[in-house]
Amino acid sequence: MTSVALKTTLADRAAVLEGVPDHPALKAFLAWNPNALLDAKLDRGELTLTVAREIITEAAATVQAAGYNFLEDLTAVDWFPSTPRFQLSYQILSHSYKDYIRLRVLLDGEDPTVESIVPIWPSANYYEREVFDLFGIRFEGHPNLRRIMMPDDWKGHPLRKDYPVEGYR
Amino acid sequence: MTDYAGTPILEAPLAEGAKDQHMVLNMGPQHPSTHGVLRLVLEIDGEIVVRLYPEIGYLHTGIEKTCEAKFYQQVVPMTDRIDYLSPMVNNLCYCLAVERLLDLEIPDKAQWMRVLLAELTRLNSHLVWLGTHAMDIGALTVFLYTFREREDILRIFEHVAGQRMMTSYFRIGGLSMEPPLDFFDRVQAFIKMFPEKIDEYSNLLTGNPIFVDRLKDVGYLTAEDAIALGVTGPPLRASGVDFDLRRDRPYSSYEKFQFKVPTSTVGDTWARYEVRLVEMRESVKIIQQALDGMPEGPIKADAPKIVLPDREKMKTQMEALIHHFKIVTEGFAVPAGEVYQSVESPRGQMGYYVVSDGTAKPYRVHMRNPSFATLQALETMCKGRLLADVVAVIGSIDIVLGEIDR
Repeated sequence: MTSVALKTTLADRAAVLEGVPDHPALKAFLAWNPNALLDAKLDRGELTLTVAREIITEAAATVQAAGYNFLEDLTAVDWFPSTPRFQLSYQILSHSYKDYIRLRVLLDGEDPTVESIVPIWPSANYYEREVFDLFGIRFEGHPNLRRIMMPDDWKGHPLRKDYPVEGYR
Repeated sequence: MTDYAGTPILEAPLAEGAKDQHMVLNMGPQHPSTHGVLRLVLEIDGEIVVRLYPEIGYLHTGIEKTCEAKFYQQVVPMTDRIDYLSPMVNNLCYCLAVERLLDLEIPDKAQWMRVLLAELTRLNSHLVWLGTHAMDIGALTVFLYTFREREDILRIFEHVAGQRMMTSYFRIGGLSMEPPLDFFDRVQAFIKMFPEKIDEYSNLLTGNPIFVDRLKDVGYLTAEDAIALGVTGPPLRASGVDFDLRRDRPYSSYEKFQFKVPTSTVGDTWARYEVRLVEMRESVKIIQQALDGMPEGPIKADAPKIVLPDREKMKTQMEALIHHFKIVTEGFAVPAGEVYQSVESPRGQMGYYVVSDGTAKPYRVHMRNPSFATLQALETMCKGRLLADVVAVIGSIDIVLGEIDR
């Protein structure tokens, strides 16, 4: 990371591969499966790797083995009405490199489903429940996928952009 | 590692054969030792905890959704209310995130003031933790002493920000106003007196046989479990992982300060107590360095379209008046992008994930709060131990329900 100044922006996959070829997570990723990396971006000192929905567990395991050992945060962004609608952002910290990377998964609005990464990081448990509760994204293989913030009988997912913010329910 | 937050206890029937002796016990949400509105459902075998299931969300107010309807500068007061024991650290984290999106340079004096006040906030938060933790165990006196010193800190906050708890003193681009003239003298007087107060608490607790018995060998958490369950901050360092964002990923000129990061390899409740006590002493050192080396200069960035102008300028300069009007009525556009900024809050790693779509309102603000993740480790720490230890363990992980539920 030190070789590239914090201010530079590397906007796409090719630029990132050329700009930070020695990045440990990127190297591990390419060694595992060069086609897994759909897109990459280095912006404001943060490396974002976009992976396909189907392989998120393998991707998470790969960066975990590469030294990015701590899942710090997992959340979603609703890009309604553009498509693909949902973006999942996994913030992963490395205690040894003292560095973050972000894994990014894009999901359809019709049936937003993704594999749970609880088997890799048990700490994802609450975060995936929160995303399910507030965005309605389902995580397959989650041990206890139920609402966490809202009441159990709540209708709708409040953090979606098309959720009404005024008027009677 | 033991089982983590699986099926809720009330829905999964007890195991066959265990029925005659296992009992399901509800604790909270209105329970004084849950530090807010936390509800725990416990399956107990006599006095031994077999399973523990936290129910949260009683304090959910939808702050993340509210942020999407506000201008960037209007979000600052919302952040105070998330972790109400360390408002300045929340302000700092949000402001740093937006400043990175805007690519703003913050003047030195503002950065040092932020460090100084963030560390005072840490003392404030740790004092509440120490007082309530000891009170849960049964040592009521310490609570009265820590709140005496906390009152001094709150008076300093009131003096500098005009508010005791919901300070909103850090703004995007710097500070809201110049610190008052005698502010530094008051801080100096406080930290001159404070180290012997820490000795006083330590004298009351560290050698107290009841306190020691309640904390030692209770609530073990290994380093592997702590990392797997997302535990950060003092509980993580008490389990032997030497990681502190202030030292390892410095922000707001923390790299210019010398301080130690206390760790322990034991990983029990007592280790967490010791780590926090040393942390308080280190915070005093940081505040002293900030006072000694406080740079001169402006407290706001030179960005008239983002930072509100001084009152004086507004009355004399047309430009300043226009900028003020524009910022207040229209906000300011922030370049599109996403940023994840993390800081070391008194409870652990706090992160703000801010997504901008190029308008004056944030597209998405997400808060990563340390208590939310640390709560997942509660079952691992309490399983197989006495029911009474649950209270000690909750006290030692120092949760704030405001930031769990948001």
